[in-house]
Amino acid sequence: MASQPELEHPRKAFGWAARDPSGLLSPFNFSRREVGEKDVAFKVLYCGICHSDLHSLKNEWGNSIYPIVPGHEVAGVVTEVGSKVEKFKVGDKVGVGCLVDSCRTCHSCSDNLENYCPQFTLTYGAKYRDSTITYGGYSDSMVADEHFVIRIPEGLPLDAAAPLLCAGITVYSPLRYFELDKPGLHVGVVGLGGLGHMAVKFAKAFRAKVTIISTSPNKKEEAIQHLGADSFLISRDVDQMQAAKGSLDGIIDTVSAAHPLLPLIDLLKSQGKLVMVGAPDKPLELPIFPLLAGRKIVAGSLVGGLKETQEMIDFAAKHNVKPDIEVIPMDYVNTAMKRLVKADVKYRFVIDIGNTLKPY
Amino acid sequence: MSKSPETQYPHKALGWAATDTSGILSPFHFSRRENGDDDVTVQILFCGVCHSDLHTVKNDWGFTTYPVVPGHEIVGVVTKVGNNVKNFKEGDKVGVGVIVESCKECECCQQDLENYCPRPVFTYNSPYYDGTRTQGGYSNSVVVHQRYVLRFPDNLPLDAGAPLLCAGITVYSPMKYYGMTEPGKHLGVAGLGGLGHVAIKIGKAFGLKVTVISGSPYKEAEAIDRLGADSFLVSSDPAKMKAAMGTMDYIIDTISAVHSLTSLLSLLKLNGKLITVGLPNKPLEVPIFTLVAGRKLVGGSNFGGIKETQEMLDFCGKHNITADIELIKIDQINTAMERLSKGDVKYRFVIDVANSISSL
Repeated sequence: MASQPELEHPRKAFGWAARDPSGLLSPFNFSRREVGEKDVAFKVLYCGICHSDLHSLKNEWGNSIYPIVPGHEVAGVVTEVGSKVEKFKVGDKVGVGCLVDSCRTCHSCSDNLENYCPQFTLTYGAKYRDSTITYGGYSDSMVADEHFVIRIPEGLPLDAAAPLLCAGITVYSPLRYFELDKPGLHVGVVGLGGLGHMAVKFAKAFRAKVTIISTSPNKKEEAIQHLGADSFLISRDVDQMQAAKGSLDGIIDTVSAAHPLLPLIDLLKSQGKLVMVGAPDKPLELPIFPLLAGRKIVAGSLVGGLKETQEMIDFAAKHNVKPDIEVIPMDYVNTAMKRLVKADVKYRFVIDIGNTLKPY
Repeated sequence: MSKSPETQYPHKALGWAATDTSGILSPFHFSRRENGDDDVTVQILFCGVCHSDLHTVKNDWGFTTYPVVPGHEIVGVVTKVGNNVKNFKEGDKVGVGVIVESCKECECCQQDLENYCPRPVFTYNSPYYDGTRTQGGYSNSVVVHQRYVLRFPDNLPLDAGAPLLCAGITVYSPMKYYGMTEPGKHLGVAGLGGLGHVAIKIGKAFGLKVTVISGSPYKEAEAIDRLGADSFLVSSDPAKMKAAMGTMDYIIDTISAVHSLTSLLSLLKLNGKLITVGLPNKPLEVPIFTLVAGRKLVGGSNFGGIKETQEMLDFCGKHNITADIELIKIDQINTAMERLSKGDVKYRFVIDVANSISSL
């Protein structure tokens, strides 16, 4: 007999789910597991909308398991902790990002790189240890192993904290790992959306000079006046791109649509690094001569481990690095998704779960 | 009135040059400049045949100016030094590699990275600062600024050591720069030709485990028994490639034909690095998702600076590393080029210049 989401686990829960590749979300009753000895249960107050949610809902990667309750930028308040939980207590402000489990024993896990564990479990749409499918943060509550729970520092509002849990760590981690976090470096950011605007803010906090590379000229004023970017390049403007050749120490490329790499490689100085955090689903052409002639690299990076996610959110609180968000009620979510397809948001939707998600 | 190659300069020289895109080489009378205060005149004894020579004589890369005398793996003896030359004297055994001049003022030159200078002068087929074009080592002499002349280790045979001047530094430099020198780590060498076979030897000298990745199964016994590789992976065997997934810390990719990076990248562990040193004439396809999911990188590297080339030669002297060569007379060069285009050489042709390009 197929398990019913409502009966799988002992604790009632409700949220919004998509039931098919139309991706349309609607109310959904399900259940959360009992709080185990290492688990933390929390009431969800806010959840960011990540573009990955949209890809998943519409089965664009071909591996979606319906019904899907998306959401991996989840922030809330602890309601219960297991008997062996050491890091959290009831009332703490916490968050959960893209992962809720990993094997805990491989080299990656031992190196605090759970995000590279070959057996990680995603926060939604993935098979958990008990063979149930995980449900994400577009819901009223979550239960997660304390290892995968992030403390949200005082002074960081929960709605602003939520997008840091995916967008924030996704750009923070490669800025650190590829050493683009040194003062005075010149960092480029390709794409000005949820990830891109966070990359600008973190890079500025690292005291880099930041250039945004975008196809949309209408974003320029906002980028410079409001986000604090130092300059703005329109990627289709051949003259601008030519003039900027060899000027960047590194580039964080947030664009997941297919796009040419050569103009970006040319923007790099010698020894420069192009780091991809968006993942086009088809291979891209990589011209080899410019890579060799400048000893440049093209690399990838995928979110971050839990230790680094905590470090990132503490840094964000300390340096006032917060996403620009549009807070929406739960029942606006389908409209928000339509707008997200057109990148019509500055720069992250955050669902006000606490005030607007009601049981049906 | 422009001067002929023979009268451009005061000192007559004899070499073999290609005169059109057939790439066929034939005797060519030209001249070498007066030995200036900073110059060293070298009587050439041996010159290695690099695949770049073949690409150049056939104008594969589209920037050859004929007539061209190739050759940038030069070993010879000093016959004259300028007044400012302190480090070399007549009779010294020296080498000349890929580059004979650079601007000396840019950041790269100041960091001993003349190979990344934006205004390099290559040993052949390059515009020199006086408006002439450089001619390479398939000739009986060359005059080079002292900064670009290398001391040749006393204990290494001159003929078998010649290929180190390009093949040697081309694999040594990325191994150092990208940190591929930790004993016990696992290096993959893709392609078993001039570059590949030297990479095995240098890799073993660094204490690495070395696996050759090749499309030619018949090369296996030789790779292991004679060259010292630890294992051999046939790239066209899907089962073997699958079994080797995620086992290598780094890969040096020496393949100059267009090839897919997807299967090579899958062999890398987390944070693995694939460094390409071959020069395919078209872009390669790179699967971005594979880079992102494993924080992997693809980088390029272009021979090496002079200081590092000297370091490499001294390292090879210490570890007794030379190339496996087939010594030929200059008259055999066209046959050798044809065999090289089919990969039919173990593993580098070296021209016995002294005994076949008669002096004037």
